[in-house]
Amino acid sequence: MATLELLGFGQNGWGALLLVATLMTLAVTATALLIGAVLGTVVATAKLSGNMLLVGLGNVYTTVFRGVPELLIIYLIYFGGSSAVTAVGQWLGYEGFLGLPSFAAGALAVGIISGSYQAEVYRGAYLAIAKGELEAASAIGMNRMLRLRRVVMPQVLRYAIPGLGNVWQLTLKDSALISVTGLAELMRTSQVAAGSTRQYFLFYIVGGVLYLLLTSFSDRLFNRAERRANRSMPAAAMGQA
Amino acid sequence: MPGVTRLSVRNIRKSFGDHEVLKGISLDAEDGDVISLLGASGSGKSTFLRCINLLETASDGEIFVDGEQIRMVKKNGQNRPESQKQVDHIRSELGMVFQSFNLWSHMTILQNVIEGPVHVLKRPKAECIAEAEALLEKVGIADKRHAYPAHLSGGQQQRAAIARALAMKPKVMLFDEPTSALDPELVGEVLRVMRALAEDGMTMLVVTHEMSFARNVSNRVVFMRQGVVDSSGAPDDMFGSGASPAFRQFIGHFGGEQ
Repeated sequence: MATLELLGFGQNGWGALLLVATLMTLAVTATALLIGAVLGTVVATAKLSGNMLLVGLGNVYTTVFRGVPELLIIYLIYFGGSSAVTAVGQWLGYEGFLGLPSFAAGALAVGIISGSYQAEVYRGAYLAIAKGELEAASAIGMNRMLRLRRVVMPQVLRYAIPGLGNVWQLTLKDSALISVTGLAELMRTSQVAAGSTRQYFLFYIVGGVLYLLLTSFSDRLFNRAERRANRSMPAAAMGQA
Repeated sequence: MPGVTRLSVRNIRKSFGDHEVLKGISLDAEDGDVISLLGASGSGKSTFLRCINLLETASDGEIFVDGEQIRMVKKNGQNRPESQKQVDHIRSELGMVFQSFNLWSHMTILQNVIEGPVHVLKRPKAECIAEAEALLEKVGIADKRHAYPAHLSGGQQQRAAIARALAMKPKVMLFDEPTSALDPELVGEVLRVMRALAEDGMTMLVVTHEMSFARNVSNRVVFMRQGVVDSSGAPDDMFGSGASPAFRQFIGHFGGEQ
């Protein structure tokens, strides 16, 4: 079969499936990043709290989920979670295997890992805020919430953008591991296409190119966001801008 | 309204660990008073100023702002404010100008100036913008209102910081070494703004090393030494025959400016 036909949108073409798979990868990565943003914020807050117990728990989180292979976490949550659900099902009288939805389990697993990296990004960003600016906020009569909303959060975001760009790239690549749960994302679909047509070389290269398109496109978005956020920085700190 | 006590501080003490930095300081400021706090570094004058708006919590003593006492309680042997809400309210009535300006770097100058009135005092934004522009005009940086702090000189940033504090319509302005971080050629523009403010009748408490300001602008000079008020009085007395030996020695170090 001709290469073009294989990649096209015709009856024998994989084009439509690859397109959907690319969107699926984007969707599962974005979901994971959001889950990671929530977890990362909570963990960063804990690590900055000064409370011994919270700091300890935060350290355990970032150490464990940055130190254990991503694949293991995915297996743990998808298969471990599924057997837990199955056990509960049996207890309720349901016979047979109950699986976790692969999208949710995959996004959660990758999100937990992403959260451990994001926690460090947010923590570093918070520490980059000039202490005097926080003091000025207190001195003008801002309460804690107002100070958080008006002075802390905007600056954390500004300082976090470069680090978040990195985490997004990592998360995008980690999402390929979710293919083990059977979710028809880009990795899994490339695999299936390669296997069923025996055109391994072609489909893995096309898969790689599609990943590269995603990463380079998002890289540009993050660069643009970084430039925008840096408008208020001194010219010397703006680098390539 | 001369005769109205804007700020009254009674017997403030402050320790860091075993080291007592303030050993019982009292001070009253009536409406329109401009008080210069002088002293060698380490004499406790900045700590004293920071205790007034509770950026530092005094270990003991009483503070009244425009007649309202800041309520304190002892908890586990530590002195702390009873109500954070009251602290926030009191702080909104005290304008603070820092040595290192501390403008919010992610906001333009105009945004810095309207931030407090709009979000702390919850006043209508259009009104605040009009007032802010008048204030920026007054401190001479109206043309910089859409610039970010990092793109201004130190003198311009400090004048913006003064405008930011004034926008809250404070009862008392606290200045913590406002010119110490500036290049010498930028000191004058900030002092001119402060002088104009004094002439407008603003009540001011100024920690400074600027002897000419203390002598010519303030109506009272307080000299702190080793955590106590060594001497205080009208500038003419303090810098004239009434000087204590310690103050005489202290201003001797500023010989070139006399």
